Amino acid sequence: MQHMQLLANGIVLGALYACLAVGFSLVWGVLNVINMLHGSFIILGGYLTFFAWHSFGIHPLLALPFVAAILYVIGYVTQYLLINRVVSEPVLTTLTLTFGLELILYNLMTVYFTATPQRVTLDLGVLDLGGIVMPFDRVLGMGLALLMTALLYVVMRGSRIGRAIVAVRMDRAAAMLMGIRVERIYAITFGIGALMAGAAGAIFAIVYPVTTNLTGAFLGKAFVVCVIGGLGSVQGALVGGLVLGIVESIAGQLFGPQHALTVGFVLMLVLLVVKPTGLTGVKGYE
Amino acid sequence: MSQALRYALFAAFVVLLATTPLWATNYIVRLAIIIAMYSALTLSWNFIGGFTGYPSFSTAAFFGLGCYAGALAQIAGTPMVLAWLFATVFVAAFAAALGTIILRMRGHYFAIGSIGIVEVTRLVVSSWGSLTGGGDGLNVPLLRGGPDVVAQTFLAVMIVIMLLAFAVTVYVDRSRLGFGLRCIQQNEDAADMVGVNTTLYKIIAYTLSALFCGTIGAAYASWTGYIDPNDSFSILMTIKVPVMCLLGGVGTVFGPVVGAAAFTLLEEFFWANFLDYNRAILGVVIVILIFFLPGGLLNFSYREMLRRLSGRFRARTEARV
Repeated sequence: MQHMQLLANGIVLGALYACLAVGFSLVWGVLNVINMLHGSFIILGGYLTFFAWHSFGIHPLLALPFVAAILYVIGYVTQYLLINRVVSEPVLTTLTLTFGLELILYNLMTVYFTATPQRVTLDLGVLDLGGIVMPFDRVLGMGLALLMTALLYVVMRGSRIGRAIVAVRMDRAAAMLMGIRVERIYAITFGIGALMAGAAGAIFAIVYPVTTNLTGAFLGKAFVVCVIGGLGSVQGALVGGLVLGIVESIAGQLFGPQHALTVGFVLMLVLLVVKPTGLTGVKGYE
Repeated sequence: MSQALRYALFAAFVVLLATTPLWATNYIVRLAIIIAMYSALTLSWNFIGGFTGYPSFSTAAFFGLGCYAGALAQIAGTPMVLAWLFATVFVAAFAAALGTIILRMRGHYFAIGSIGIVEVTRLVVSSWGSLTGGGDGLNVPLLRGGPDVVAQTFLAVMIVIMLLAFAVTVYVDRSRLGFGLRCIQQNEDAADMVGVNTTLYKIIAYTLSALFCGTIGAAYASWTGYIDPNDSFSILMTIKVPVMCLLGGVGTVFGPVVGAAAFTLLEEFFWANFLDYNRAILGVVIVILIFFLPGGLLNFSYREMLRRLSGRFRARTEARV
């Protein structure tokens, strides 16, 4: 029974990780940019949700789409005005630029929101499934995370925009010749990345306290999930997230919670060396 | 600027740093120590990030390991200077071993991997409580003789390390090794094809980039007398060092020193005047740097600047894939 509980914890955590990393993975895969802003976007989403609930009494479920929309606009504008200008430079330049932007956003958030951990408390009770105990807000969080990830999958598979993003990812020059405006697709992709980060932040605020000090931790999770699952695809992030969630949950039990993080990073380094395309990766997409 | 003039200016700069105890307050002396320290770190990073073109973000891992190796050796009773040497050798060996694995990756994967190294070393050090004191940190035996003597000693030490790193940079810049590294930076496959031993050269560059970080870490630990994991393995430091190099001029001999000095002074100025917003201002500096000074301060040109200010650089999106 204890094993099932561990597995259930891992899956809940994994669904959150998948939602948290999928935007980062998309931006990396399509734009070839390591977006250091991602962690701060997540926290911004979490704070917006918290303050909407705390100050105006807006239910997090209602706030989520608006928070996501706000983040989309921020992401789109950032990409369109700033990152597009250096998007084809080497990784050192793009990573440094996004890190600079991260410093700005982080600083503004600490000043205006303070670094106090904040959490939306919904008090939904506890779900008991024949011995597996799970607070209901976590189940809700998992459901929302999976729903958002699935939505993104549908958009990527079914819509014209989604197909255009995939086309740009596969071959930029060919996509351009087919009449796709690559700069716009870049901005939309970055917007979607920020949107998913915002949604993940809103979901996190329901489940765990959020604070600006967590930006680095979230970014680290996104790295690990991306490398485990493979870049730029929704399935990859889902597999990576679930694997990381379950591994952390089991490692936390075996070696103690303080080592769970280390195990995740070591797993990432090993996979980077052994199979840099990730578990679901296709060769040639490195 | 002619090469001789650059060397002369560099010599004047070193003299200026070295003589701060004679004419300036303790605050300025401390600043001089930090400038020398970051210059050495940035010169080190330049071997792998500048000459070889590998976006390494593992500086803080080497620095932190140096801190802990030096501190632990000193606590075990090793004399201070020997402890620094031990830390240097330890970190260099660590980097060489790590390099054989991590240098097989390129570009984005290498960047992520090298950041991952910082995280893993930090987590291992902070959870190995029995050896490293965990999150409580370690107290390192302090140098006797009062604050003035300590400051002067460590100023001298940091300047010596900086000069060593500079001498190695000048040597690499002119040697076959530097030529090979520049070939790798331009096109690794082609370099391999024409007979550059890319694997060996990359490992040498990576080890050189770690060597002095180890010494500096150990000296830093002796200087401050207290180290903890978050301070020693800081993500901010690991990105600050490449930014300093970008600011001065990547892959040049003097760029790292210029960048480190300029950045440290700017940062100090922002800390003193805009306490609440110092990070944000740092971010703005980075953004301006990326857009308007892509070649660094040493390659500054008015024409390029004006061209960029007039916004005619969008078309370049198509240049490189």
